[in-house]
Amino acid sequence: MSIRERLSGNEAIATAMRQINPDVFAMFPITPSTEIPQYYAQYVADGRVDTEFITVESEHSSLSACLGAEAAGVRAVTATSSAGLSFMNEVLYVAASSRLPVVLAVACRALTGPININHDYSDSMAERDSGFIQIYAENNQEVYDNYLQAHRIAEHPDVRLPLMICEDGFITSHAIENIELEEDEAVKKFVGEYHPENYLLKKENPLAVGPYGVSNYYMEARVAQAQAMKNAKKVILEVAADFEKTFGRSYSFFEAYKMEDAEIAMVIMGSSAGTAKAAVDQLRAEGVKAGLIKIRVFRPFPGEELAAVLKGVKAVAVMDKSEGFSACGGPLFAETAGACINMPDRPLMVDIVFGLGGRDFTVDAALSVYDRLKNIAATGEAGELYTHMGQRER
Amino acid sequence: MDKMIEIRWHGRGGQGAKTASQLLADAAFMAGKFVQSFPEYGPERSGAPITAYNRISDERCCVHSNIYEPDYVAVVDETLLESVDVCAGLKENGAVIINSAKDPEEYRELLRGYKGRVCTIDAREISLRNLGAYFPNTPMLAAVVAVSACVDREQFLQDMEGSYRHKFAKKPQVVEGNLKCLREAMDEVKG
Repeated sequence: MSIRERLSGNEAIATAMRQINPDVFAMFPITPSTEIPQYYAQYVADGRVDTEFITVESEHSSLSACLGAEAAGVRAVTATSSAGLSFMNEVLYVAASSRLPVVLAVACRALTGPININHDYSDSMAERDSGFIQIYAENNQEVYDNYLQAHRIAEHPDVRLPLMICEDGFITSHAIENIELEEDEAVKKFVGEYHPENYLLKKENPLAVGPYGVSNYYMEARVAQAQAMKNAKKVILEVAADFEKTFGRSYSFFEAYKMEDAEIAMVIMGSSAGTAKAAVDQLRAEGVKAGLIKIRVFRPFPGEELAAVLKGVKAVAVMDKSEGFSACGGPLFAETAGACINMPDRPLMVDIVFGLGGRDFTVDAALSVYDRLKNIAATGEAGELYTHMGQRER
Repeated sequence: MDKMIEIRWHGRGGQGAKTASQLLADAAFMAGKFVQSFPEYGPERSGAPITAYNRISDERCCVHSNIYEPDYVAVVDETLLESVDVCAGLKENGAVIINSAKDPEEYRELLRGYKGRVCTIDAREISLRNLGAYFPNTPMLAAVVAVSACVDREQFLQDMEGSYRHKFAKKPQVVEGNLKCLREAMDEVKG
Protein backbone atom coordinates (compact mmCIF):
# COMPACT_ATOMS: atom_id res chain seq x y z
CA MET A 1 0.00 0.00 0.00
CA SER A 2 1.30 3.45 -0.75
CA ILE A 3 2.24 5.82 2.01
CA ARG A 4 0.79 9.34 2.12
CA GLU A 5 3.65 11.77 2.66
CA ARG A 6 4.78 15.31 1.88
CA LEU A 7 8.30 15.73 0.56
CA SER A 8 10.38 18.01 -1.62
CA GLY A 9 11.65 16.72 -4.96
CA ASN A 10 15.13 16.33 -3.51
CA GLU A 11 13.88 14.32 -0.55
CA ALA A 12 11.75 12.21 -2.89
CA ILE A 13 14.87 11.34 -4.91
CA ALA A 14 16.89 10.60 -1.77
CA THR A 15 14.05 8.40 -0.52
CA ALA A 16 13.94 6.44 -3.78
CA MET A 17 17.73 6.01 -3.57
CA ARG A 18 17.47 4.81 0.04
CA GLN A 19 14.84 2.25 -0.92
CA ILE A 20 17.00 1.01 -3.80
CA ASN A 21 20.18 1.06 -1.68
CA PRO A 22 22.74 1.34 -4.53
CA ASP A 23 26.24 -0.03 -4.03
CA VAL A 24 28.03 3.30 -4.57
CA PHE A 25 27.05 6.95 -4.21
CA ALA A 26 29.87 9.35 -5.15
CA MET A 27 28.96 12.92 -4.23
CA PHE A 28 30.04 16.50 -4.76
CA PRO A 29 27.58 19.21 -3.69
CA ILE A 30 26.07 21.95 -5.86
CA THR A 31 22.87 24.01 -5.47
CA PRO A 32 20.03 23.04 -5.85
CA SER A 33 20.88 19.31 -5.84
CA THR A 34 22.96 19.39 -2.63
CA GLU A 35 20.15 18.14 -0.38
CA ILE A 36 20.10 14.80 -2.19
CA PRO A 37 23.54 13.67 -0.92
CA GLN A 38 22.80 15.52 2.34
CA TYR A 39 19.74 13.36 3.05
CA TYR A 40 21.60 10.31 1.83
CA ALA A 41 24.55 10.94 4.15
CA GLN A 42 22.06 10.83 7.03
CA TYR A 43 20.72 7.45 5.84
CA VAL A 44 24.30 6.17 5.71
CA ALA A 45 25.03 7.55 9.20
CA ASP A 46 21.83 6.00 10.56
CA GLY A 47 22.72 2.62 9.07
CA ARG A 48 19.58 2.54 6.91
CA VAL A 49 21.65 1.77 3.78
CA ASP A 50 24.97 0.03 3.24
CA THR A 51 26.02 2.09 0.23
CA GLU A 52 29.69 2.99 -0.19
CA PHE A 53 29.30 6.78 0.15
CA ILE A 54 32.32 8.51 -1.41
CA THR A 55 32.96 12.22 -0.99
CA VAL A 56 35.13 13.40 -3.86
CA GLU A 57 36.70 16.70 -4.91
CA SER A 58 34.65 17.59 -8.00
CA GLU A 59 31.79 16.52 -10.25
CA HIS A 60 34.28 15.22 -12.80
CA SER A 61 35.46 12.90 -10.04
CA SER A 62 32.01 11.98 -8.72
CA LEU A 63 30.92 10.69 -12.10
CA SER A 64 34.33 9.09 -12.68
CA ALA A 65 33.98 7.20 -9.39
CA CYS A 66 30.52 6.02 -10.48
CA LEU A 67 31.95 4.98 -13.81
CA GLY A 68 34.66 2.94 -12.08
CA ALA A 69 32.13 1.29 -9.81
CA GLU A 70 29.79 0.44 -12.69
CA ALA A 71 32.71 -0.94 -14.69
CA ALA A 72 33.48 -3.19 -11.73
CA GLY A 73 29.92 -4.50 -11.95
CA VAL A 74 27.91 -2.67 -9.29
CA ARG A 75 25.13 -0.07 -9.13
CA ALA A 76 26.35 3.53 -8.81
CA VAL A 77 24.50 6.83 -8.50
CA THR A 78 25.18 10.52 -8.06
CA ALA A 79 23.43 13.89 -8.26
CA THR A 80 24.32 17.32 -9.59
CA SER A 81 23.15 20.60 -11.16
CA SER A 82 24.23 23.31 -13.57
CA ALA A 83 27.99 23.84 -13.75
CA GLY A 84 28.44 20.52 -11.96
CA LEU A 85 26.80 18.74 -14.87
CA SER A 86 28.92 20.74 -17.31
CA PHE A 87 32.03 19.71 -15.43
CA MET A 88 30.95 16.08 -15.86
CA ASN A 89 30.65 16.55 -19.61
CA GLU A 90 33.70 14.54 -20.64
CA VAL A 91 32.83 11.67 -18.31
CA LEU A 92 29.16 11.60 -19.39
CA TYR A 93 30.28 10.58 -22.85
CA VAL A 94 32.66 7.97 -21.44
CA ALA A 95 29.90 6.44 -19.28
CA ALA A 96 27.48 6.29 -22.21
CA SER A 97 29.94 4.91 -24.77
CA SER A 98 31.27 2.39 -22.22
CA ARG A 99 27.62 1.38 -21.77
CA LEU A 100 27.71 1.86 -17.99
CA PRO A 101 24.19 2.41 -16.59
CA VAL A 102 24.93 5.07 -13.94
CA VAL A 103 21.81 6.85 -12.70
CA LEU A 104 22.38 10.59 -12.32
CA ALA A 105 19.83 12.86 -10.63
CA VAL A 106 19.90 16.40 -12.03
CA ALA A 107 18.16 19.31 -10.31
CA CYS A 108 18.12 21.41 -13.47
CA ARG A 109 19.53 24.90 -13.09
CA ALA A 110 20.67 27.67 -15.40
CA LEU A 111 24.24 27.91 -16.59
CA THR A 112 26.42 31.00 -16.23
CA GLY A 113 26.10 33.76 -17.15
CA PRO A 114 25.14 35.86 -15.47
CA ILE A 115 25.64 33.54 -12.51
CA ASN A 116 22.23 32.22 -11.48
CA ILE A 117 21.08 29.44 -9.16
CA ASN A 118 17.52 29.09 -10.46
CA HIS A 119 15.77 26.78 -12.84
CA ASP A 120 15.96 26.27 -16.55
CA TYR A 121 17.20 23.41 -18.75
CA SER A 122 20.48 24.98 -19.93
CA ASP A 123 22.44 22.31 -18.06
CA SER A 124 20.60 19.15 -19.12
CA MET A 125 19.95 20.34 -22.70
CA ALA A 126 23.65 21.00 -23.14
CA GLU A 127 24.14 17.27 -22.50
CA ARG A 128 21.38 16.03 -24.78
CA ASP A 129 23.92 14.50 -27.17
CA SER A 130 25.97 12.80 -24.43
CA GLY A 131 24.26 9.42 -24.87
CA PHE A 132 22.41 9.58 -21.53
CA ILE A 133 18.73 8.73 -21.42
CA GLN A 134 16.88 11.81 -20.07
CA ILE A 135 13.60 11.61 -18.18
CA TYR A 136 11.86 14.78 -16.94
CA ALA A 137 9.16 15.33 -14.31
CA GLU A 138 6.35 17.77 -13.60
CA ASN A 139 6.41 17.40 -9.80
CA ASN A 140 7.84 15.47 -6.84
CA GLN A 141 5.61 12.44 -7.47
CA GLU A 142 6.83 12.06 -11.02
CA VAL A 143 10.47 12.51 -9.96
CA TYR A 144 10.04 9.71 -7.43
CA ASP A 145 8.22 7.44 -9.86
CA ASN A 146 10.77 8.11 -12.62
CA TYR A 147 13.58 7.26 -10.23
CA LEU A 148 11.97 3.93 -9.33
CA GLN A 149 11.94 3.07 -13.04
CA ALA A 150 15.43 4.41 -13.83
CA HIS A 151 17.68 1.48 -12.94
CA ARG A 152 15.54 -1.08 -14.74
CA ILE A 153 15.61 0.96 -17.95
CA ALA A 154 19.31 1.81 -17.77
CA GLU A 155 20.47 -1.69 -16.82
CA HIS A 156 18.31 -3.61 -19.29
CA PRO A 157 20.60 -5.83 -21.44
CA ASP A 158 19.19 -4.28 -24.64
CA VAL A 159 19.94 -0.76 -23.35
CA ARG A 160 22.88 -0.50 -20.93
CA LEU A 161 22.98 3.26 -21.03
CA PRO A 162 23.38 5.82 -18.25
CA LEU A 163 20.30 7.79 -17.35
CA MET A 164 19.50 11.26 -16.03
CA ILE A 165 16.49 11.79 -13.79
CA CYS A 166 15.75 15.49 -14.27
CA GLU A 167 13.74 17.65 -11.87
CA ASP A 168 13.22 21.41 -11.96
CA GLY A 169 15.70 23.15 -9.66
CA PHE A 170 13.98 24.81 -6.67
CA ILE A 171 10.51 24.66 -8.30
CA THR A 172 10.45 20.89 -7.78
CA SER A 173 13.65 20.20 -5.84
CA HIS A 174 12.73 22.54 -2.96
CA ALA A 175 8.92 22.54 -3.10
CA ILE A 176 7.19 20.37 -0.52
CA GLU A 177 4.05 18.73 -1.87
CA ASN A 178 1.95 15.66 -1.16
CA ILE A 179 3.37 12.44 -2.52
CA GLU A 180 2.46 8.74 -2.53
CA LEU A 181 5.51 6.71 -1.54
CA GLU A 182 5.71 2.96 -1.96
CA GLU A 183 6.81 0.47 0.70
CA ASP A 184 10.56 -0.24 0.83
CA GLU A 185 10.09 -3.92 0.11
CA ALA A 186 7.77 -3.30 -2.84
CA VAL A 187 10.32 -0.88 -4.33
CA LYS A 188 13.20 -3.33 -3.85
CA LYS A 189 11.14 -6.04 -5.50
CA PHE A 190 10.17 -3.81 -8.42
CA VAL A 191 13.69 -2.51 -9.07
CA GLY A 192 15.41 -5.86 -8.53
CA GLU A 193 19.10 -6.57 -8.12
CA TYR A 194 21.80 -5.74 -10.63
CA HIS A 195 23.70 -8.67 -12.11
CA PRO A 196 25.46 -7.52 -15.28
CA GLU A 197 26.42 -10.24 -17.69
CA ASN A 198 30.00 -9.04 -18.03
CA TYR A 199 32.14 -6.56 -16.13
CA LEU A 200 35.75 -5.53 -15.63
CA LEU A 201 36.39 -7.68 -12.55
CA LYS A 202 34.54 -10.83 -13.60
CA LYS A 203 37.09 -13.62 -13.07
CA GLU A 204 35.66 -16.04 -15.63
CA ASN A 205 35.35 -13.47 -18.38
CA PRO A 206 37.13 -10.19 -17.60
CA LEU A 207 36.05 -7.28 -19.77
CA ALA A 208 38.09 -4.39 -21.16
CA VAL A 209 36.35 -1.06 -20.54
CA GLY A 210 37.19 2.14 -22.43
CA PRO A 211 39.73 0.91 -24.99
CA TYR A 212 40.98 2.99 -27.90
CA GLY A 213 38.75 2.71 -30.98
CA VAL A 214 40.56 3.16 -34.24
CA SER A 215 38.63 4.32 -37.31
CA ASN A 216 38.06 0.70 -38.25
CA TYR A 217 36.03 0.12 -35.08
CA TYR A 218 34.82 3.51 -33.80
CA MET A 219 31.83 3.81 -36.09
CA GLU A 220 30.52 0.32 -35.27
CA ALA A 221 30.66 1.16 -31.57
CA ARG A 222 28.73 4.40 -32.16
CA VAL A 223 26.09 2.69 -34.29
CA ALA A 224 25.66 0.02 -31.59
CA GLN A 225 25.25 2.81 -29.03
CA ALA A 226 22.65 4.49 -31.26
CA GLN A 227 20.80 1.19 -31.48
CA ALA A 228 20.80 0.93 -27.68
CA MET A 229 19.12 4.34 -27.52
CA LYS A 230 16.48 3.14 -29.98
CA ASN A 231 16.01 -0.04 -27.90
CA ALA A 232 15.48 2.14 -24.83
CA LYS A 233 12.14 3.26 -26.26
CA LYS A 234 10.69 -0.24 -26.02
CA VAL A 235 12.17 -0.84 -22.57
CA ILE A 236 10.88 2.50 -21.22
CA LEU A 237 7.33 1.49 -22.18
CA GLU A 238 7.73 -2.03 -20.76
CA VAL A 239 8.99 -0.73 -17.43
CA ALA A 240 6.21 1.89 -17.36
CA ALA A 241 3.62 -0.83 -17.98
CA ASP A 242 4.98 -2.93 -15.12
CA PHE A 243 5.14 0.17 -12.93
CA GLU A 244 1.47 0.86 -13.60
CA LYS A 245 0.56 -2.73 -12.88
CA THR A 246 2.54 -2.68 -9.63
CA PHE A 247 1.89 0.82 -8.29
CA GLY A 248 -1.05 2.08 -10.33
CA ARG A 249 0.43 5.26 -11.80
CA SER A 250 0.68 5.51 -15.55
CA TYR A 251 3.63 6.81 -17.59
CA SER A 252 4.72 6.97 -21.21
CA PHE A 253 7.08 9.03 -23.41
CA PHE A 254 4.88 12.06 -22.89
CA GLU A 255 1.56 13.02 -21.41
CA ALA A 256 -1.05 14.13 -23.97
CA TYR A 257 -3.37 16.42 -22.00
CA LYS A 258 -6.77 17.06 -23.61
CA MET A 259 -5.29 16.43 -27.05
CA GLU A 260 -8.08 14.23 -28.52
CA ASP A 261 -9.76 17.05 -30.45
CA ALA A 262 -7.23 19.82 -29.81
CA GLU A 263 -6.83 22.51 -32.49
CA ILE A 264 -4.11 24.44 -30.67
CA ALA A 265 -1.45 22.93 -28.44
CA MET A 266 1.72 23.52 -26.48
CA VAL A 267 4.69 21.16 -26.32
CA ILE A 268 6.32 21.79 -22.96
CA MET A 269 8.36 20.11 -20.20
CA GLY A 270 8.55 19.93 -16.42
CA SER A 271 6.72 21.96 -13.79
CA SER A 272 5.62 24.58 -16.34
CA ALA A 273 3.44 21.90 -17.91
CA GLY A 274 1.39 21.76 -14.71
CA THR A 275 0.91 25.52 -14.76
CA ALA A 276 -0.08 25.39 -18.44
CA LYS A 277 -2.62 22.62 -17.70
CA ALA A 278 -4.51 25.12 -15.53
CA ALA A 279 -4.66 27.41 -18.59
CA VAL A 280 -5.90 24.51 -20.76
CA ASP A 281 -8.66 23.76 -18.22
CA GLN A 282 -9.72 27.41 -18.24
CA LEU A 283 -9.81 27.51 -22.06
CA ARG A 284 -11.68 24.21 -22.31
CA ALA A 285 -14.33 25.64 -19.95
CA GLU A 286 -14.73 28.48 -22.48
CA GLY A 287 -15.07 26.00 -25.33
CA VAL A 288 -11.60 26.56 -26.79
CA LYS A 289 -10.08 23.33 -28.13
CA ALA A 290 -6.73 23.69 -26.41
CA GLY A 291 -4.38 20.85 -25.48
CA LEU A 292 -0.89 20.23 -24.18
CA ILE A 293 1.87 17.69 -24.58
CA LYS A 294 4.28 17.29 -21.70
CA ILE A 295 7.50 15.63 -22.81
CA ARG A 296 8.68 13.14 -20.18
CA VAL A 297 11.35 11.30 -22.16
CA PHE A 298 13.60 13.67 -24.11
CA ARG A 299 16.31 11.05 -24.84
CA PRO A 300 15.43 8.87 -26.65
CA PHE A 301 13.18 11.45 -28.35
CA PRO A 302 9.73 9.99 -29.13
CA GLY A 303 9.53 11.65 -32.55
CA GLU A 304 7.10 9.30 -34.30
CA GLU A 305 4.72 9.10 -31.37
CA LEU A 306 4.77 12.88 -30.92
CA ALA A 307 4.12 13.51 -34.61
CA ALA A 308 1.14 11.13 -34.47
CA VAL A 309 -0.45 13.18 -31.68
CA LEU A 310 0.31 16.52 -33.38
CA LYS A 311 -1.19 15.40 -36.69
CA GLY A 312 -4.17 17.54 -37.55
CA VAL A 313 -3.53 20.14 -34.83
CA LYS A 314 -3.70 23.61 -36.43
CA ALA A 315 -1.11 25.53 -34.42
CA VAL A 316 1.58 24.41 -31.97
CA ALA A 317 3.83 26.41 -29.65
CA VAL A 318 6.98 24.59 -28.59
CA MET A 319 8.13 25.95 -25.22
CA ASP A 320 11.90 25.87 -24.78
CA LYS A 321 13.26 26.47 -21.29
CA SER A 322 16.82 26.81 -22.54
CA GLU A 323 18.34 29.12 -25.11
CA GLY A 324 20.36 27.07 -27.55
CA PHE A 325 21.78 30.15 -29.32
CA SER A 326 21.08 28.58 -32.68
CA ALA A 327 19.37 31.81 -33.81
CA CYS A 328 16.50 29.66 -35.11
CA GLY A 329 14.96 28.09 -31.99
CA GLY A 330 15.71 25.95 -28.95
CA PRO A 331 16.44 22.21 -28.72
CA LEU A 332 12.86 21.06 -28.01
CA PHE A 333 11.67 23.00 -31.07
CA ALA A 334 14.32 21.46 -33.32
CA GLU A 335 13.30 17.95 -32.21
CA THR A 336 9.55 18.59 -32.46
CA ALA A 337 9.76 20.26 -35.86
CA GLY A 338 12.11 17.52 -37.07
CA ALA A 339 9.69 14.83 -35.89
CA CYS A 340 6.94 16.34 -38.09
CA ILE A 341 9.07 16.96 -41.17
CA ASN A 342 7.51 14.38 -43.51
CA MET A 343 3.99 14.58 -42.15
CA PRO A 344 1.42 15.85 -44.69
CA ASP A 345 -0.94 17.56 -42.16
CA ARG A 346 1.71 19.06 -39.97
CA PRO A 347 0.67 21.99 -37.78
CA LEU A 348 1.99 25.51 -38.05
CA MET A 349 4.64 25.71 -35.39
CA VAL A 350 6.45 28.42 -33.43
CA ASP A 351 9.15 28.27 -30.80
CA ILE A 352 8.95 30.31 -27.60
CA VAL A 353 11.96 30.52 -25.29
CA PHE A 354 10.77 31.25 -21.74
CA GLY A 355 11.53 30.89 -18.04
CA LEU A 356 15.30 31.31 -18.24
CA GLY A 357 17.17 31.54 -14.93
CA GLY A 358 14.00 31.07 -12.89
CA ARG A 359 11.87 33.71 -14.67
CA ASP A 360 8.41 32.75 -13.45
CA PHE A 361 5.89 31.16 -15.82
CA THR A 362 2.29 31.86 -14.80
CA VAL A 363 -1.17 30.69 -15.88
CA ASP A 364 -1.64 34.12 -17.50
CA ALA A 365 1.58 33.67 -19.47
CA ALA A 366 0.33 30.28 -20.70
CA LEU A 367 -3.01 31.88 -21.67
CA SER A 368 -1.14 34.49 -23.73
CA VAL A 369 0.61 31.68 -25.63
CA TYR A 370 -2.76 30.10 -26.44
CA ASP A 371 -4.03 33.53 -27.56
CA ARG A 372 -1.19 33.68 -30.03
CA LEU A 373 -1.97 30.14 -31.20
CA LYS A 374 -5.65 31.04 -31.73
CA ASN A 375 -4.51 33.82 -34.01
CA ILE A 376 -2.12 31.55 -35.93
CA ALA A 377 -4.86 28.95 -36.37
CA ALA A 378 -7.35 31.58 -37.55
CA THR A 379 -5.06 33.37 -40.01
CA GLY A 380 -2.98 30.42 -41.18
CA GLU A 381 0.09 32.60 -40.67
CA ALA A 382 2.71 31.35 -38.18
CA GLY A 383 4.36 34.79 -37.94
CA GLU A 384 7.73 35.03 -36.28
CA LEU A 385 9.16 31.52 -35.88
CA TYR A 386 11.35 32.01 -32.85
CA THR A 387 10.66 34.47 -30.03
CA HIS A 388 11.25 34.96 -26.30
CA MET A 389 8.63 35.69 -23.66
CA GLY A 390 8.61 37.08 -20.14
CA GLN A 391 11.63 39.35 -20.53
CA ARG A 392 11.46 43.09 -19.80
CA GLU A 393 11.63 45.38 -22.82
CA ARG A 394 13.46 48.65 -22.51
CA MET B 1 -12.86 24.89 2.74
CA ASP B 2 -14.21 24.92 -0.81
CA LYS B 3 -11.36 26.71 -2.54
CA MET B 4 -7.60 26.95 -2.52
CA ILE B 5 -5.94 29.22 0.04
CA GLU B 6 -2.75 30.96 -1.09
CA ILE B 7 -0.34 32.48 1.42
CA ARG B 8 2.82 34.52 0.95
CA TRP B 9 5.46 34.83 3.65
CA HIS B 10 7.93 37.73 3.90
CA GLY B 11 11.02 37.49 6.04
CA ARG B 12 14.76 37.98 5.96
CA GLY B 13 17.25 35.26 5.13
CA GLY B 14 17.96 33.28 8.30
CA GLN B 15 14.75 34.24 10.17
CA GLY B 16 12.84 31.16 9.17
CA ALA B 17 10.09 32.37 6.81
CA LYS B 18 10.78 29.29 4.68
CA THR B 19 10.60 27.08 7.78
CA ALA B 20 7.35 28.73 8.86
CA SER B 21 5.85 28.01 5.44
CA GLN B 22 6.98 24.39 5.77
CA LEU B 23 5.41 24.12 9.24
CA LEU B 24 2.14 25.45 7.88
CA ALA B 25 2.29 22.87 5.07
CA ASP B 26 2.89 20.17 7.69
CA ALA B 27 -0.11 21.30 9.72
CA ALA B 28 -2.38 21.36 6.67
CA PHE B 29 -1.00 18.04 5.45
CA MET B 30 -1.79 16.43 8.82
CA ALA B 31 -5.32 17.80 8.51
CA GLY B 32 -5.69 15.88 5.24
CA LYS B 33 -5.08 18.71 2.77
CA PHE B 34 -3.02 18.94 -0.39
CA VAL B 35 -0.18 21.36 0.21
CA GLN B 36 2.59 23.24 -1.49
CA SER B 37 5.39 25.02 0.37
CA PHE B 38 8.15 26.60 -1.65
CA PRO B 39 10.74 29.33 -1.22
CA GLU B 40 11.77 31.99 -3.69
CA TYR B 41 15.49 32.54 -3.53
CA GLY B 42 17.28 35.69 -4.47
CA PRO B 43 20.90 36.17 -3.47
CA GLU B 44 21.68 33.69 -0.69
CA ARG B 45 22.74 35.90 2.18
CA SER B 46 21.68 36.38 5.75
CA GLY B 47 19.34 39.35 6.24
CA ALA B 48 18.24 39.78 2.61
CA PRO B 49 14.47 39.87 2.06
CA ILE B 50 13.12 36.44 1.12
CA THR B 51 9.71 35.16 0.17
CA ALA B 52 8.08 31.78 0.73
CA TYR B 53 4.70 30.51 -0.37
CA ASN B 54 1.91 28.09 0.54
CA ARG B 55 -0.98 26.67 -1.40
CA ILE B 56 -3.51 24.64 0.59
CA SER B 57 -6.42 22.89 -1.09
CA ASP B 58 -8.63 19.80 -1.14
CA GLU B 59 -7.22 18.64 -4.51
CA ARG B 60 -3.68 18.48 -5.85
CA CYS B 61 -2.70 21.83 -7.35
CA CYS B 62 -0.79 21.57 -10.63
CA VAL B 63 0.18 25.26 -10.81
CA HIS B 64 3.85 25.83 -10.00
CA SER B 65 4.23 29.57 -10.40
CA ASN B 66 4.79 32.04 -7.59
CA ILE B 67 1.75 33.58 -5.91
CA TYR B 68 0.83 37.10 -7.04
CA GLU B 69 -2.66 37.46 -5.55
CA PRO B 70 -2.45 35.80 -2.14
CA ASP B 71 -5.36 35.38 0.25
CA TYR B 72 -3.05 36.04 3.21
CA VAL B 73 0.35 37.61 3.75
CA ALA B 74 2.52 36.85 6.79
CA VAL B 75 5.33 39.27 7.69
CA VAL B 76 7.93 37.73 9.98
CA ASP B 77 10.03 40.93 10.21
CA GLU B 78 8.19 44.23 10.54
CA THR B 79 11.25 46.22 9.38
CA LEU B 80 10.53 44.89 5.89
CA LEU B 81 7.41 47.04 5.66
CA GLU B 82 9.43 50.12 4.75
CA SER B 83 11.25 48.52 1.84
CA VAL B 84 8.89 45.80 0.56
CA ASP B 85 5.31 46.27 -0.65
CA VAL B 86 4.14 43.23 1.30
CA CYS B 87 0.47 43.79 0.39
CA ALA B 88 1.10 43.75 -3.37
CA GLY B 89 -1.77 41.80 -4.94
CA LEU B 90 -3.18 40.82 -1.53
CA LYS B 91 -6.93 40.19 -1.76
CA GLU B 92 -9.02 42.76 0.11
CA ASN B 93 -11.11 40.02 1.72
CA GLY B 94 -7.89 38.44 2.98
CA ALA B 95 -5.52 39.71 5.66
CA VAL B 96 -1.95 40.67 6.43
CA ILE B 97 -0.47 39.25 9.64
CA ILE B 98 2.52 41.13 11.04
CA ASN B 99 4.89 39.98 13.74
CA SER B 100 4.80 43.03 16.03
CA ALA B 101 3.87 44.27 19.50
CA LYS B 102 2.05 47.26 17.99
CA ASP B 103 -1.66 47.61 17.25
CA PRO B 104 -2.74 46.78 13.69
CA GLU B 105 -4.01 50.31 12.95
CA GLU B 106 -0.52 51.72 13.51
CA TYR B 107 0.53 49.98 10.28
CA ARG B 108 -2.20 51.25 7.95
CA GLU B 109 0.00 53.99 6.52
CA LEU B 110 2.96 51.70 5.86
CA LEU B 111 0.75 49.24 4.00
CA ARG B 112 0.38 51.49 0.95
CA GLY B 113 -3.38 51.75 0.89
CA TYR B 114 -4.30 48.13 1.70
CA LYS B 115 -7.96 48.24 2.73
CA GLY B 116 -8.39 44.68 4.05
CA ARG B 117 -7.85 43.20 7.49
CA VAL B 118 -4.59 43.95 9.30
CA CYS B 119 -3.51 41.70 12.18
CA THR B 120 -0.55 41.77 14.52
CA ILE B 121 0.92 39.11 16.75
CA ASP B 122 3.60 39.74 19.38
CA ALA B 123 5.57 36.60 18.56
CA ARG B 124 8.58 37.79 20.57
CA GLU B 125 6.65 38.22 23.81
CA ILE B 126 4.77 34.94 23.43
CA SER B 127 7.93 33.02 22.55
CA LEU B 128 10.01 34.53 25.40
CA ARG B 129 7.17 33.92 27.88
CA ASN B 130 6.78 30.24 27.00
CA LEU B 131 10.11 29.10 25.62
CA GLY B 132 12.57 31.52 27.23
CA ALA B 133 14.03 32.39 23.84
CA TYR B 134 12.90 34.09 20.63
CA PHE B 135 11.50 31.58 18.11
CA PRO B 136 9.07 33.63 16.01
CA ASN B 137 7.90 30.73 13.82
CA THR B 138 5.71 28.93 16.32
CA PRO B 139 3.51 31.94 17.24
CA MET B 140 3.47 33.14 13.61
CA LEU B 141 2.29 29.73 12.44
CA ALA B 142 -0.53 29.71 14.99
CA ALA B 143 -1.54 33.28 14.11
CA VAL B 144 -1.75 32.43 10.41
CA VAL B 145 -3.84 29.34 11.14
CA ALA B 146 -6.14 31.38 13.42
CA VAL B 147 -6.64 34.21 10.90
CA SER B 148 -6.88 32.12 7.73
CA ALA B 149 -8.84 29.22 9.28
CA CYS B 150 -7.04 27.02 6.74
CA VAL B 151 -7.06 24.25 9.35
CA ASP B 152 -9.58 23.64 12.15
CA ARG B 153 -8.23 25.00 15.45
CA GLU B 154 -8.73 21.89 17.60
CA GLN B 155 -7.43 19.55 14.93
CA PHE B 156 -4.42 21.83 14.43
CA LEU B 157 -3.55 21.82 18.14
CA GLN B 158 -4.01 18.07 18.39
CA ASP B 159 -1.86 17.36 15.30
CA MET B 160 0.85 19.74 16.46
CA GLU B 161 0.96 18.07 19.87
CA GLY B 162 1.52 14.71 18.16
CA SER B 163 4.18 16.24 15.96
CA TYR B 164 6.00 17.91 18.92
CA ARG B 165 5.88 14.72 21.00
CA HIS B 166 7.55 12.91 18.10
CA LYS B 167 10.03 15.67 17.28
CA PHE B 168 11.00 16.35 20.90
CA ALA B 169 10.89 12.72 22.06
CA LYS B 170 14.25 13.25 23.80
CA LYS B 171 13.27 16.54 25.48
CA PRO B 172 9.56 16.26 26.34
CA GLN B 173 9.84 19.25 28.69
CA VAL B 174 9.70 21.66 25.72
CA VAL B 175 6.46 20.22 24.31
CA GLU B 176 4.18 22.03 26.73
CA GLY B 177 5.90 25.40 26.09
CA ASN B 178 5.47 25.05 22.34
CA LEU B 179 1.83 24.09 22.70
CA LYS B 180 1.21 27.07 24.98
CA CYS B 181 2.89 29.25 22.35
CA LEU B 182 0.43 28.01 19.75
CA ARG B 183 -2.66 28.38 21.93
CA GLU B 184 -1.76 31.81 23.25
CA ALA B 185 -0.83 33.09 19.79
CA MET B 186 -4.20 31.95 18.45
CA ASP B 187 -5.93 33.81 21.28
CA GLU B 188 -3.77 36.92 21.30
CA VAL B 189 -3.63 37.78 17.60
CA LYS B 190 -4.99 41.32 17.22
CA GLY B 191 -7.13 42.78 14.45
